[in-house]
Amino acid sequence: AAGMFLRLLSDVRWRAANSKWRGVTCSQRSTLSTADPHPVPLPARAQVVICGGGIMGTSVAYHLSKMGWRDIVLLEQGRLAAGTTRFCAGIVSTARHVSVELKMADYSNKLYQQLEQETGVNTGYVKTGSISLAQTQDRLISLKRIASSLKVMGIPCEIITPKQVAQLHPLINIHDLVGAMYVPEDALVSSANVSLALATAASRNGVQIHERTSVSHVSVQKGHVTGVETDRGQIQCQYFVNCAGQWAYELGHSGEEPVHIPLHACEHFYLLTHPLKQPLASNLPTIVDPDGRIYVRNWQGGILSGGFEKNPKPLFTEGRNQLEIQNLQEDWDHFEPLLSALLRRMPDLEALQIMQLVNCPESFTPDMRCIMGESPTVRGYFVLAGMNSAGISYGGGAGKYLAEWMVNGYPTENVWPLDLKRFGALQSSRTFLRHRVMEVMPLMCDLKVPRWDFQTGRQLRTSPLYDRLDAQGARWMEKHGFERVKYFVPPGKDLLDLDQSKTFYKPDWFDIVGSEVKCCKEAVCVIDMSSFTKFEISSTGDQALESLQYLFSNDLDVPVGHVVHTGMLNEKGGYENDCSIARLSKRSFFMISPTDQQVHCWAWLKNRLPDDNSLTVEDVTWKYTALNLIGPRAVDVLSELSYAPMTAEHFPSLFCKEMSVGYANGIRVMSITHTGEPGFVLYIPIEYALHVYNEVMNMGQKYGIRNAGYYALRSLRIEKFFAFWGQDLDAFTTPMECGREFQVKLEKGMQFIGQEALLEQKQNGVYKRFTMFILEDHDTDTDLWPWWGEPIFRNGRYVGKTTSSAYSYTLERHVCLGFVHHFDEKTGEELVVTTDFINQGEYEIDIAGQRFQAKAKLYPFSSLFTQRRRKDEVELSGYQRE
Amino acid sequence: FYLTPPQVNSILKANEYSFKVPEFDGKNVSSVLGFDSNQLPANAPIEDRRSAATCLQTRGMLLGVFDGHAGCACAQAVSERLFYYIAVSLLPHETLLEIENAVESGRALLPILQWHKHPNDYFSKEASKLYFNSLRTYWQELIDLNSGETTDVKEALINAFKRLDNDISLEAQVGDPNSFLNYLVLQVAFSGATACVAHVDGVDLHIANTGDSRAMLGVQEEDGSWSAVNLSYDHNAQNEHEVERVKMEHPKSEEKSLVKQDRLLGLLMPFRAFGDVKFKWSIELQKRVVESGPDQLNDNEYTKFIPPNYHTPPYLTAEPEVIYHKLRPQDKFLVLATDGLWETMHRQDVARIVGEYLTGVHHQQPIAVGGYKVTLGQMHGLLTERRARISSVFEDQNAATHLIRHAVGNNEFGTVDHERLSKMLSLPEELARMYRDDMTIIVVQFNSHVIGACQNEE
Repeated sequence: AAGMFLRLLSDVRWRAANSKWRGVTCSQRSTLSTADPHPVPLPARAQVVICGGGIMGTSVAYHLSKMGWRDIVLLEQGRLAAGTTRFCAGIVSTARHVSVELKMADYSNKLYQQLEQETGVNTGYVKTGSISLAQTQDRLISLKRIASSLKVMGIPCEIITPKQVAQLHPLINIHDLVGAMYVPEDALVSSANVSLALATAASRNGVQIHERTSVSHVSVQKGHVTGVETDRGQIQCQYFVNCAGQWAYELGHSGEEPVHIPLHACEHFYLLTHPLKQPLASNLPTIVDPDGRIYVRNWQGGILSGGFEKNPKPLFTEGRNQLEIQNLQEDWDHFEPLLSALLRRMPDLEALQIMQLVNCPESFTPDMRCIMGESPTVRGYFVLAGMNSAGISYGGGAGKYLAEWMVNGYPTENVWPLDLKRFGALQSSRTFLRHRVMEVMPLMCDLKVPRWDFQTGRQLRTSPLYDRLDAQGARWMEKHGFERVKYFVPPGKDLLDLDQSKTFYKPDWFDIVGSEVKCCKEAVCVIDMSSFTKFEISSTGDQALESLQYLFSNDLDVPVGHVVHTGMLNEKGGYENDCSIARLSKRSFFMISPTDQQVHCWAWLKNRLPDDNSLTVEDVTWKYTALNLIGPRAVDVLSELSYAPMTAEHFPSLFCKEMSVGYANGIRVMSITHTGEPGFVLYIPIEYALHVYNEVMNMGQKYGIRNAGYYALRSLRIEKFFAFWGQDLDAFTTPMECGREFQVKLEKGMQFIGQEALLEQKQNGVYKRFTMFILEDHDTDTDLWPWWGEPIFRNGRYVGKTTSSAYSYTLERHVCLGFVHHFDEKTGEELVVTTDFINQGEYEIDIAGQRFQAKAKLYPFSSLFTQRRRKDEVELSGYQRE
Repeated sequence: FYLTPPQVNSILKANEYSFKVPEFDGKNVSSVLGFDSNQLPANAPIEDRRSAATCLQTRGMLLGVFDGHAGCACAQAVSERLFYYIAVSLLPHETLLEIENAVESGRALLPILQWHKHPNDYFSKEASKLYFNSLRTYWQELIDLNSGETTDVKEALINAFKRLDNDISLEAQVGDPNSFLNYLVLQVAFSGATACVAHVDGVDLHIANTGDSRAMLGVQEEDGSWSAVNLSYDHNAQNEHEVERVKMEHPKSEEKSLVKQDRLLGLLMPFRAFGDVKFKWSIELQKRVVESGPDQLNDNEYTKFIPPNYHTPPYLTAEPEVIYHKLRPQDKFLVLATDGLWETMHRQDVARIVGEYLTGVHHQQPIAVGGYKVTLGQMHGLLTERRARISSVFEDQNAATHLIRHAVGNNEFGTVDHERLSKMLSLPEELARMYRDDMTIIVVQFNSHVIGACQNEE
């Protein structure tokens, strides 16, 4: 049956004219036994070897060859487009939550539209449009948020009434709908044919395609790819691209040097029917009913309908097994809830005859975003996989970004949310992946509300204080596997259940966090911040200082005991990382960076530090527990515990000293708090963690000490206009664009990465500017809360998006941070953004279609902080991470 | 005091056991698909026992339930030993010789039985040597007797039952130098146990029953409904033939004292049983054994007590009544259970509940559209129906557990009432025995395809 189905979906007339193509092309999709007895031999070497002939592999090949790389070999273990790509439902949808995913989908749509003309291969492209239905008001808010994003990108889109839905689609039962989103330019394609079209074009550009060739492992020497071993021989190469789809994990682990690609397959079911009596029009819009967990598209006069059930069935946990992808069982009982949802949505389909229930495994990732980029451990080893069942929507754009990455060193968009290096070995356990994807797959249809935390795969990395904090009411979130406290629920107070607490409005913890913030302002709070990535860099001579001076934009040649905030920039001056570095001695440095930098920063340093035995870099993240003491009374607590004066004269801001706290000696105390508030962070060797914590809490009692969590920290840092890396800052943002010129020492007497780009910006000005917005007419109790990604309008025109937001308990207003651009009114060209441009505008922030007036500021409210000492202003003016 | 459904389940499932006859080359050639068994205690500790084993030197499978009284020692011993006696009785002469020679020369023994045991089903380590010696004596006698005829199953069962009871009696009379063992054999002999054992070999089903446990066949009629066929007769006062038999065996003068208040000599409910030497030995023998026995025995009022009107022992026998049944395709399952079940549930209900359970499980097999013309509406109806079935009653994975759930929790409408179930299961130990008896159930499922094929061959 699967064979028949294949012919139905991919009715390709293959062109034999293609001489570079191996023989199988004319024996169109038959069994293995008819394989060409004399296959074209593999080349001995190539610049690039791509493994996987699905939509990803062919898209990468297509884009690489378009960009001028020609010496490319694509290997496919079976036949082209015969894996998940073949079974894919073929819906190209731009309705995405994450901006970079939205851009990829938009590009894919445009690419596929013209692909048939370019290649002559019929791709089955039909512009049908799509309608996403909302059964609840919350769902409608979610759709409105997407609609706002789509509109500012120039993608036509409107929020429509149930009545309009009925006009667009004759079969839909609208009585339980509250609204819908219509995206008229979304399309349908035959995904296998799109893949074959891309392969055809790539082949014409010189890419060699070999089917029935499987890669057994990738050879690596000195951390670089040198070649691949296949069942048909060896190929030497400089670059290897793993596009093996659901087998990417296994392929990554097949070599001596494992490449961790955290993805896991789940079964995915969809239904095919015979045509209706009155066959459905081929341009009928695709229906997505996320509350019913289903999608429905027209298919050859009948329908194709699948969905994302609550109880997914993960498979291939133990690796590839005898179960061929074709032999997967249909499971009607499992499909029953989706079938019920379908018949509820389209009751007239009852009499429609079933053709088949297709079981098509899809691969899912731990955070529902795809995986692309270069391995942190093996240079030249690239990955593009884990599409979370949106492969056809992302295929074009993802292939383009990866090709740009390989050719130019970095894509034209910030792809950090998709970067392989956001994961490490710690997300690579099969048990973890199996559990996590069972949560991720249903999430495809769940409401995406702010501050959502995954519930599976938790409690992997914890601080030694975990149990203590948990017993005191801590509520947890997770970052890079590490449990971090959100806030502490006071005894006797109960919060809502997880499901009920989902909201786009004021959350139930509002007052709890408010009181933690108040305590930070008036007394002292302690926050466990052990998750931060911590490296120690030292050398026998001056190598450490010299290397770091080159890698970081600020001047690190400071007296021992000083702490420096600095960016780790790329050639374009963009932030690859944002850190604090303490000079421990003449020759050693202690570097603190965001939690999820552990893999990325390590790879960045390893690839750029000289290969020199006298220079050592060590990841000491696990060795220290970090306690952040925030508030005006932190000084008192610490001086009582250490019998050492901690006042500003003795312990100035941005200072680092090893001292004793309680009985414990060798505690690294730094006068930073990551919030702009006064206080200290204590880096405690983990064996002393409990002791120091107990001492601090006991001593702090008379000063009103209490525990606090990251939500309080976040509110504090955002009202102080601190940007944080990974949210506000990325590889496309320079210090000049976010008011951090003072953290760059252009004249520090030696070159550093990004220097030229920054010099140029200093002369010519910047094209975007990090700005703080105070919402004016926003009612915290009744209006939708901002989150991030909201469009910013200046004098009614779109100028950029927010990157983070929080309620400021001090200002009693919402604060949004974001970037303002200056687009030319006629041409749309980007112009220099000046201070005047920022200051002379009337601003509005669009939250799910509703606009709120906002006041723009380039500097934080100093009036709020008049009691601050001058010294603190240094830290105050802008640095934070999370 | 209220038990949540998971707590109820953990109590009900604590002793459940399932065995599936392994398939060979994708096919199960045995007439037995497998069995489910379970026990629910009312006494503490439980006095019921169960056994299941596959005969390795002959064909066939043995399953049995044993209901102990006056302690569990006798039931325990019978559950360990009876199947060996049966297996040995069934063995051909050559195999017996081979085994004897192996023992004689210290070689490894041919395995006789493969047991299918729940982890809570234990064998006494201390007595194994003693039990083995008695068994060996039995097969040596069988070798000497060599009749040359092929072994008849019915006869083998009867011989095995009688021989084991005899050995239990002898071991108690002889005693053992080891004081622990000495006490054990006396406990075994002075307590009692009924036994209901099935031997299945192809289409040949033999039930050997001693006492008031019961074997029942579940038959599916052509219209799909379920009926019950008894494959054993209870040996108690309700059974006229049994009362008649007892009366025939004793002088007319005792007629009135033999059965009083529906009990043998006014004391014992079952009319046949293992052990219970107080109903078998002469008064002199009883006195001699008790007096020379260990102090514990001497201090025990029960063992010292001689039944009233005790003139012409023995009054009790372990000889089973054997019923043969040739299996037919419509015979879907066999239920062996101690009287704890039959007291609370009519056999007709048992047949229906188990039958519907087994076919319900059967319905859960995946469905495929294949080449049929099915509409979305039809499929939807089918699936919702299946779902309703699965979610309500069919939460048990084990037919015996399912039956116990109904036996304990059924309300007047014949459906399981959770509140009732919770109450019955949370009774304190001392009260539990007043509301229910120990319950032991084995449900054997037959393979209709194999049985049908055997029939056609003949």
